[in-house]
Amino acid sequence: MTAATAAEQTAPEQGCAGQAGARQAVADAHRREWAFVLAATVRVAQDLDLAEESKLPLLVEPDEPAPHRLTDHDEADAAKLEDAVPDERLRLIFTCCHPTLAQQARLALTLRLVCGLPTPDIARALLVSEQTMAARITRAKKKISVARIPYRVPRPAELPDRLAAVLGVLHLLFTAGHTAPSGPALMRTDLADRALDLARALRELMPDEPEVRGLLALILATDARRATRTGADGRLLRLEEQDRSRWNRGALAEAHELIVAGLRGGRAGGRAEPDRAGVDAPRTGGRTDAGGGAGAGWPALPVPVPAGDQGRPASAPRSYGRGGGRVPAGAGADRQRG
Amino acid sequence: MAQYAILIFDDAAAGDYTPEQQAASQRHADDLVDSGAMIAAYALRSADTSLRGDAVTDGPFIDAKEVVAGVCVIEAPDLDAALDLARRNPAVQWGRGGVEVRPVAGGIAPVAR
Repeated sequence: MTAATAAEQTAPEQGCAGQAGARQAVADAHRREWAFVLAATVRVAQDLDLAEESKLPLLVEPDEPAPHRLTDHDEADAAKLEDAVPDERLRLIFTCCHPTLAQQARLALTLRLVCGLPTPDIARALLVSEQTMAARITRAKKKISVARIPYRVPRPAELPDRLAAVLGVLHLLFTAGHTAPSGPALMRTDLADRALDLARALRELMPDEPEVRGLLALILATDARRATRTGADGRLLRLEEQDRSRWNRGALAEAHELIVAGLRGGRAGGRAEPDRAGVDAPRTGGRTDAGGGAGAGWPALPVPVPAGDQGRPASAPRSYGRGGGRVPAGAGADRQRG
Repeated sequence: MAQYAILIFDDAAAGDYTPEQQAASQRHADDLVDSGAMIAAYALRSADTSLRGDAVTDGPFIDAKEVVAGVCVIEAPDLDAALDLARRNPAVQWGRGGVEVRPVAGGIAPVAR
């Protein structure tokens, strides 16, 4: 039974509007809870394919809270865990973004398994045929199982490299939504929303990671201009043409707070270089302060910009650490500076 | 536990390993044996001969800049652990090749002579 048919069954007497509302509610719940359910199921089933198939029935009761936190480990099982795992979703994200998978495969797997996006949608978003995408996802899943890519959160020593791969995927996802690589619309708001959701989740799960904070701030600050980036005819509006009173003040304030907290925290941990998103976020967020006047100047950057970063649009994707690689065609072409 | 083959590639034109490189390889192999991860290891000479159908060819099967210079089979719980061991192989750092890690599908232990 699919989520959609479940929606129809839970609201049979409410008519068309009610049905649409219920369907939307189920879709929302599906989007929110998918990763929780899948992640928990993978842990039990120890197999991604099996988990993906078996978790579907779990989603037909929208009133039931998703079993997203495993509380019934027996003692032996709990003892086997290397670390206390804050959330099953973290394991899932880190597995999907394992550096031994190709960058394209990481992105596809994350969309499929963490976001629950159907394969045809992923294929459209990443500009490949459905067959190619299905083959790519199958191959990646096969590598996870045959090569035994572990289903766990990396140890702290491994984290810099591994986290970079995850952040790279989130940034690509957001960029693909912010400036759509194909289609008539400038933005794919669904992809941008997914990226924001995931960045928020990651921030919740790893609140002390400066790069996570920086990426969330970057996404928030960039996305705050969403409503003003196109004119009535869908045409791109440059920054100076945008109605700044319609920028999302809440998102800007949140980004601002994250940035300021990040700067105040300094380069804790003796980092030689400020984190990448942490540099970009103030560059984008600097524009958040620009009152309503089109001529308002950008404040001076309070952080050093790494050599080679000058002149690069703040929202362009780049490779994070060694996890870098090819990006979807067109995703890097920031067609606007709004 | 799973088994992984670590294929050690070397620059075909780089000549033999230096005595220091040979010693480093030996130390790495000893470490793997001591840790219990080593299943088997072989260093290979060049001077290869390839066969396909009725054709016999002097040289490697695929002409490439890098050739397989050795292979070892290790045991590890997962890919991350196998990569940790593979990364310690000194050939990774010499700038004349590197290693490739592949899961083993099946095999037989070396037969005693």
